[in-house]
Amino acid sequence: MTAEHKITERLSPESHDGNRGLHYEENLLWEKEHCDHPGVDLPQAENISLRTGLPERGAIGLPQVSEPQVVRHFVRLSTWNYSIDHGFFPLGSCTMKHNPRLNEKIARLPGFAHAHPLQPAETVQGALRVMYELQEWLSELTGLPGVCLAPAAGAHGELAGMMTIRRAHEAKGQGHRKIVLVPDSAHGTNPATAVICGYTTRTIKTSETGRLTIESFKEALGDGGDIAGMMVTNPNTCGLFESDILEISKLLHEAGGYFYCDGANFNALVGKIRPGAFGVDVMHINLHKTFSTPHGGGGPGSGPICVTDELAPYMPVPTVSHENDTYRLEYEDERPESLGRLRGFVGQFGMHVRALAYMMSHGADGLKQVSEDAVLGANYILSQLQNDFHVPFEGPCMHECLLTDKGLKEKGIQTIDIAKALCEYGYHPMTIYFPLVVNGAMLIEPTETESKDAMDRFITVMKSIAEDAQNGDADKFHHFPESTPRKRMDEVKAARQPTLRWRETS
Amino acid sequence: MTENLKYTEEHEWIRIEDGDVAVIGITPFAQDALGDLVYVDLPETGRKLSKGDDFAVVESVKTAAEVYSPVSGEIVGINDNLSNDPELIKKSFDEGWIVKIKMDSPDEIAELMDKDSYAKFCEEQDH
Repeated sequence: MTAEHKITERLSPESHDGNRGLHYEENLLWEKEHCDHPGVDLPQAENISLRTGLPERGAIGLPQVSEPQVVRHFVRLSTWNYSIDHGFFPLGSCTMKHNPRLNEKIARLPGFAHAHPLQPAETVQGALRVMYELQEWLSELTGLPGVCLAPAAGAHGELAGMMTIRRAHEAKGQGHRKIVLVPDSAHGTNPATAVICGYTTRTIKTSETGRLTIESFKEALGDGGDIAGMMVTNPNTCGLFESDILEISKLLHEAGGYFYCDGANFNALVGKIRPGAFGVDVMHINLHKTFSTPHGGGGPGSGPICVTDELAPYMPVPTVSHENDTYRLEYEDERPESLGRLRGFVGQFGMHVRALAYMMSHGADGLKQVSEDAVLGANYILSQLQNDFHVPFEGPCMHECLLTDKGLKEKGIQTIDIAKALCEYGYHPMTIYFPLVVNGAMLIEPTETESKDAMDRFITVMKSIAEDAQNGDADKFHHFPESTPRKRMDEVKAARQPTLRWRETS
Repeated sequence: MTENLKYTEEHEWIRIEDGDVAVIGITPFAQDALGDLVYVDLPETGRKLSKGDDFAVVESVKTAAEVYSPVSGEIVGINDNLSNDPELIKKSFDEGWIVKIKMDSPDEIAELMDKDSYAKFCEEQDH
């Protein structure tokens, strides 16, 4: 029996949110529509004489389509795009988690939606208060008192954070410190950020438990005299809490380095522990990952940074301050040691509104439950799939769980084939081949909003795929997906001989 | 794996020619981990390398991996055929080598792993 039969048998059709691909083709507009008749009736222009020559005004092949044709074309195309709004999305918050519609309602209030960044401060006190309150919430949740909301995305927040560290070292005559320690399991943006800031990176090795150890940290630290800081994600990209982080941060501080925490996985910790308590000096927050603002094509992103009192003078401007019932923006004139502005105006204000709406609608207790549910969901999936797939690190995990293709690879079925099988059965694949330190990694993050039913359906599909893979029909797996508008891609050809522009085929 | 080759923890194989020239490629373990290869970024001949410097990038459909020099010396040969056919890397030691390095101190080779200790190392890696 194939996975398809198993899934159909195990799930009643009404409860099965896998739709076996999509069944219609959609051509490009200029392939579908003739270009020789207009899509709109325009009145005949009278008393107009052409100033440019008629011969130059020949048809140039633009599609001629009516409004409904345009709408249909783009709506049909959009349904080829798998999204969180139409199905379970095991990539998790890295790409998109559910955006509560309440956030959207609040962001559309005219006072927020129509505010202009050049309005005088006294006319946008409410908007400034939103930013101030968001700073206060972030400060409370991270245990880091200085907050700058300006950075435009997570990676921009990383850059802002590392520039703050560099600025602080320079101010203290420690500008000779040029090395940043980065674990081998880090997000690729971490070493990239360090290099852009003029640093070179040195790798801290992940141990066989999937975590950093004090020994591996000490080995990378050396005598510490040239160390500017370290960039660590906690929980790390293996979905594990760095259990030695307190001791590691102490050693780093003793050596004179600062601890930059990549806040990408903060959604596993909110309300449970303040990162300031495990020694973090600077941290960026992905508002879309932790606080449910839109992202992934729908953005824009927003990556505030939170810093210690010691580093606060050096962080970018502006920040919002509050005195005598008045809110205002502070710039370089009041913060002379700041590294300055990183972008125009105040940051992605629309995202600030949505993030604060999320925080206030959940409250402190609700945010704590968000983390708990995210961790519970990931552990539920891990517990259900641990006998079907190889688990590289013993559980429990944090908000995401890690599986590999070990045991299946020997039968010719690899992580990529399992990902393609998920496409066939109506799911977006999980993160694959990341983190790099784990061979054939499959990283699954259900997020806090998935119901047990939704996770059970996904688990059923994954178990069915595992059974099929164990039975070793590798050829079938190598041809997945079959039911999608585009079949299995030739990735080597796509990389080596890409077709970069449209050409008429007939 | 062949008896007279040496291996590194970064999954490169090294064959010695003419006493002091190291011919370097990447091992089947690395080839397997990378998957289908799409591009090899080769260095220029004449470049001087210290032990541990990266000298080439091997790009696959999954990832791009740097290749590190296990010895110090000067690049005296590059395998141009890889530019057009990266998959040659997997074909054989004779066709799949990446660079030849004239070593400053051939005794650096002694620190590298032999066939058996490399096989053991790979086993430990595959967790």
